[in-house]
Amino acid sequence: MMSVAEKHMMLDVESIRKDFPILNRKVNGKPLVYFDNAATSQTPQQVIDVIVDYYSNYNANIHRGVHRLSQEATDAYEQSRLKIQQHFNAKHPYEIIFTSGTTHGINLVASGFSSLLKKGDEIIVSALEHHSNIVPWQMLCERTGATLKVLPMNENGELILSEFDSLLNDNTKLVFVNHISNALGTINPIESIIEKAHEVGAAVLVDGAQSCPHIKPDLQGLNVDFYVCSAHKICGPTGVGMLYGKEEWLNKLPPYQGGGEMIAEVTFDKTTYADLPHKFEAGTPNICGGIAFGAALDYMNSIGFDAITQYENELLEYGTNELLKIEGLKIYGTAKEKTSVISFNVGNIHPYDIGTILDKMGIAVRTGHHCAQPIMDFYQIPGTIRASFMFYNTKEEIDTFISALKKAVLMLS
Amino acid sequence: MTIEEIQNEIIDEFAMFEDWEERYQYMIDLGKTLPLIDEQFKTEDHIIKGCQSKVWVHADMDNEKVNFTADSDAVITKGIIAILIRVFSNQHPKDIIEANTDFIDKIGLKEHLSPTRANGLVSMIKQLKLYAIAYQTQLN
Repeated sequence: MMSVAEKHMMLDVESIRKDFPILNRKVNGKPLVYFDNAATSQTPQQVIDVIVDYYSNYNANIHRGVHRLSQEATDAYEQSRLKIQQHFNAKHPYEIIFTSGTTHGINLVASGFSSLLKKGDEIIVSALEHHSNIVPWQMLCERTGATLKVLPMNENGELILSEFDSLLNDNTKLVFVNHISNALGTINPIESIIEKAHEVGAAVLVDGAQSCPHIKPDLQGLNVDFYVCSAHKICGPTGVGMLYGKEEWLNKLPPYQGGGEMIAEVTFDKTTYADLPHKFEAGTPNICGGIAFGAALDYMNSIGFDAITQYENELLEYGTNELLKIEGLKIYGTAKEKTSVISFNVGNIHPYDIGTILDKMGIAVRTGHHCAQPIMDFYQIPGTIRASFMFYNTKEEIDTFISALKKAVLMLS
Repeated sequence: MTIEEIQNEIIDEFAMFEDWEERYQYMIDLGKTLPLIDEQFKTEDHIIKGCQSKVWVHADMDNEKVNFTADSDAVITKGIIAILIRVFSNQHPKDIIEANTDFIDKIGLKEHLSPTRANGLVSMIKQLKLYAIAYQTQLN
């Protein structure tokens, strides 16, 4: 007999799949097997309905509008901010800044730190980062004269935490690390990183783009200074995301862009800026996207992150075991703590060749360097094939993928 | 043979195949017939940008005819560049510049023509034509 707790954790994948219309389509005459979730997740009907409802019934510009539609749109948008605050457990709703996505959030913080850093200051990046969490900081170093240091990784794709202590010192001002590596799936020990960084007074930015669909973080519990993520990774639409910053940090940073929405008073002599969060939300935002972001969180929470994690771990274990049965297949990223992402190569076959043949059989994977060239350089490979699973994928799909992969290998050997 | 004649010959060859598997298998086999680039030319300035896999191309001209050699680290890409080189090699630069490449569509490889496609078929055609333009300038 299953306990009540176990029953609660069960995930009914068959009924969940009915929520995602795209999973019914065919690609090249074959049923779609969508394993490119780490690039973007699919959108359930519940979220699509919210998007359609917005444009059908209350599309209007938000804030300051006195008419009914504007008030409805403003209410829905601000309601969504509250949902995001509650989901991520931020202390205040105004600590949630709507952005166009993770990259926007990182650039906003990097730009803000231009006025806070000086020559001799140091900032630390992890070796596991996406280019979007490297390049803005390199640009920040160019502007300020600060130095960029790298927290190295080991062969398994895990950060070498013991090296972190020797990188930290009184000059360290900022540390940025992803919660989960997009290229390898490693779950990074952000709790220890945040704690150690705070000991020397450095702020920490966590890139949650890859973790938000798998792990519900407790931002106050983590005591993290900044956290960024994108809605499209968590069953929401593209072009919208959020930046969380602790109130005291957001107050220290100057505005990122000037424009409407972000001002308190404007004269040609002087402009005073609006309070948080509007100080960072210049211009008309992605209103519909912001509202749909909240709907996506509702959807994810209706399934439950415990059930999601448990089920995705099953898929990861099954997929890993099945893949390793293929001769010559090597998995990159074998961290003890990882999420449902498998990055691999087969013998000397180019990942692009395998990806192309898999596409002919209706299977969507990602191939290439995954915007993480330093990781590929570490392993001295041009790229990998990356299969990434979400809670709506199945073991049967993994079987289809494995047999297609075997066929591709046969054709390409 | 003219460029058009070669293209028609390739269209006829691909018409024999019934499904994508046979077409791709044939393309992979064609890659094995590619006139390989001399190792000394496998340098950064011979790489065609815009491809997820590496493609190197070298050209020279003899008797007003351009000849291409190439290589790639991916076998499908190698097949694609082999087809292009078969079409364009041993041709007058002016004919290469003026050639249309609609035959790609007719051999069932239309999907590779998208400018966003990671293999950069569009970049390959552009690069071969750029070589031809350079040689045409020498002839003028």
